Amino acid sequence: MHAFTSLFTQLDRTTKTLEKIRFLVRYFEQSAPEDAAWTVFFLTGKKIPRVVNTRLLREAVAEVADVPLWLVEECYDVVGDLAETVALLHPETTAHSSLPLHRMIQEELKPLRGLEDEEKKARLKVGWSTLSREERFVWNKLITGGFRVGVSRGIVARALAQTAGVEPAVMAHRLMGDWDPSERWWKQLLQGEGEAEPGKPYPFYLASPLEEGPEPLGAISGWQLEWKWDGIRAQVIKRQGTVMIWSRGEDVITDRFPEVVEALQALPDGTVLDGELLGWKQDRPLPFLDLQRRIGRKKVGKTLLADVPVILMAYDVLEAGGGELRSLPLEERRTHLENVVTGVGSPNIIMSEPVQAAGWDEAASLREQSRARGVEGLMLKRLGSPYLDGRKRGDWWKWKVDPFEVDAVLTYAQKGHGRRAGLFTDYTFGCWKDGELVTFAKAYSGLTDAEIQQVDRFVKANTLDRFGPVRQVKPELVFQLACEGIQKSSRHKSGIAVRFPRIARWRKDKKPEDADRLEDLLRWIP
Amino acid sequence: MLVTETPKGLYCPAGNFYIDPWQGVDRALVTHGHADHARWGSKRILTSESGRELVRARVGADPIIDTMAWGETRSIHGVRVSFHPAGHILGSAQIRLEVKGEVTVVSGDYNTRPDPTCEAFEPVRCHGFITESTFGLPIYRWPDSQQVFSEINDWWRSCQEAGKTAVIYAYALGKAQRILGGVNAAIGPILAHGAVYNFLQPYRDQGIALPLVEKATVEHAKATKGRALLVAPPSAQGTPWLKKFQPVSHAFASGWMTVRGGRRRRAMDRGFVLSDHADWPGLLMAIEATGAQEVGVTHGNGAPLARWLKDHGKQARVLQTQFLGEGAEETEPGGDD
Repeated sequence: MHAFTSLFTQLDRTTKTLEKIRFLVRYFEQSAPEDAAWTVFFLTGKKIPRVVNTRLLREAVAEVADVPLWLVEECYDVVGDLAETVALLHPETTAHSSLPLHRMIQEELKPLRGLEDEEKKARLKVGWSTLSREERFVWNKLITGGFRVGVSRGIVARALAQTAGVEPAVMAHRLMGDWDPSERWWKQLLQGEGEAEPGKPYPFYLASPLEEGPEPLGAISGWQLEWKWDGIRAQVIKRQGTVMIWSRGEDVITDRFPEVVEALQALPDGTVLDGELLGWKQDRPLPFLDLQRRIGRKKVGKTLLADVPVILMAYDVLEAGGGELRSLPLEERRTHLENVVTGVGSPNIIMSEPVQAAGWDEAASLREQSRARGVEGLMLKRLGSPYLDGRKRGDWWKWKVDPFEVDAVLTYAQKGHGRRAGLFTDYTFGCWKDGELVTFAKAYSGLTDAEIQQVDRFVKANTLDRFGPVRQVKPELVFQLACEGIQKSSRHKSGIAVRFPRIARWRKDKKPEDADRLEDLLRWIP
Repeated sequence: MLVTETPKGLYCPAGNFYIDPWQGVDRALVTHGHADHARWGSKRILTSESGRELVRARVGADPIIDTMAWGETRSIHGVRVSFHPAGHILGSAQIRLEVKGEVTVVSGDYNTRPDPTCEAFEPVRCHGFITESTFGLPIYRWPDSQQVFSEINDWWRSCQEAGKTAVIYAYALGKAQRILGGVNAAIGPILAHGAVYNFLQPYRDQGIALPLVEKATVEHAKATKGRALLVAPPSAQGTPWLKKFQPVSHAFASGWMTVRGGRRRRAMDRGFVLSDHADWPGLLMAIEATGAQEVGVTHGNGAPLARWLKDHGKQARVLQTQFLGEGAEETEPGGDD
């Protein structure tokens, strides 16, 4: 526990990638295999099933610190992280824990499961009393999940690659999928056994946004163009008779798309496809908001199946006939893909057809049709390129349509979390309807740190009312929001829902009365 | 209470004077020389003897500044006035007011922990107490300052090993001098940004022991590269001036460094928890020691402290003041923390 906490503190104190990798490598070299395995588990964002709910944590710390629950809440509001709030509120200790990380998890945390609430609280208090403040924070984090130490999966993979003496891409693949942290797993990870597990996905290759138009990419003849589909990125695997669908977040989402799974059963064993799950009706995609109704439902009812039928829009093949194809050039992989999709012959698996354009001008005008076609823009993929992993710039570009832009008034604000703790950074925006501001969007990103501080000061000085942590503010500040789509929605008071709203710029030149009206927004709905 | 809130600030009707007004008035009693308490524009000012030069630096040459020694009493229109150390910065005072046996104390800003660079906080019995609440939540409990200084010394040494200048950001008045007085000057040369340097003489004039400090000029930057500790106001971060000292390690010394988000937001290599305000136990202890039944809470987010006091049998309420303190970024250089 002590070593893991020291690692956490070291990583937290530096912003430099190389330094972080150095700390990680040193830690991996020095720690016991089981501790190293658990460290990778947590730092790559995995969580143990929750053993204590946050209400119990709050109650237990209120009792230990001898403060009322409302005051715990006030503190949480400022700190923005419950694990840290608890660590700070707990009375000072002189203790340090010498228990190794894996034993702490096996012997103290996991056994909490299934105990009565009072017993859990008693054990939490004993646990906290044996730890230093930093250890207490890390220990709570093990319970609540969500380690954000500025260490991405990529950094962990690079450090592990260095430890194992392999290429980062190889390590990224070894880290994919489901695995249990154990001594055995750690050894396999370093020695490279176990890549052939039937369910293991490949790392996704991610496209980079094209900021300044395609001309710098050279002649269009070197590129394959496709529509940029607006669905859920998925990797489907058929091995040993079993179909698995992985989301980009590495969740198994097989059960949620029975019609797709049924079609995928026809794939030959040893096939892995990359593509997009899309709501699909009458030869065109349904809006993302419809598809959203299918996400998060494990059991899909008949009505929903009929309302939002889903297909796989396949655009790449990573494995066929049991052989890995990632290093083949794009064109060759496409030939394989055609064979696979044709072989299945199901309306639920469609191939993402290349878009033909004679030059970038024509491509640009095709891109203008994106909204009408229900897509997000164009994808540009370099001919001859292999299938890479992660966000490596250069071979895949997403050339999205320009977003919708709306001038909106800031109406409510709430404090953020993590790096933004204690600052008002979560905003609600309204537009005009019959002389009143109606809420239609929330946005968290897009301002510079300096702007966030100005808005924070404005919120504190112009609060009209408080609803728990939410402040209603004087409707005075106008922001230009960008969003990817606008749709009718009965779930929202304004009657519309916007997709991926973010702040494009602060319109200090505009007064609240200059903000857009709801009817302006309604006009954009197809 | 002998003071009320007015648009210009806390006002004592019986004595016809203001305490730390935020607009110019005829007669102002000033608790200390931080910019949000000693504002420009008043005609006559009364402050502590040791705080005089610091207040003068804020208000300019025009106002008449009278001073009082600690514990000395003076009658202003029948109000008995005395000044008592607040332990916040050099010369910082709590102001005691008495009319016909009723006593009100206005704390200004205060710190109950030992600080060798200023007079120690003195609890004053009263009926009504006006307290600050910059750190009015139980998450704020200061570590022992000797421990913090040994961490600062260790960090400075590790910076030297890495060939970096150790840059520590601290408010130019008060915190900066406290750091200079607390670090181990034997480790290496010490430089101060001009804003910090200008406040050193008033401290030395009051007999506060400070080590040898050079003004951070280009010549000194070259001569001390990779060895020096540089004390600078937070506004110096990211300026071209600071580039002369590269490579550097950035640290910030403030009570706000208690919370991890505060450290990360500022992109600091290190955050040292060192404050010249009372922490939560300090606030509760100080309020208790006054024996006051009625408590007015200032500084933005005073609501939790007021509620706590009410739950513990006091009459307490939040006063609307313009003293800073809710958000870290509001306390600008030379400001409050």
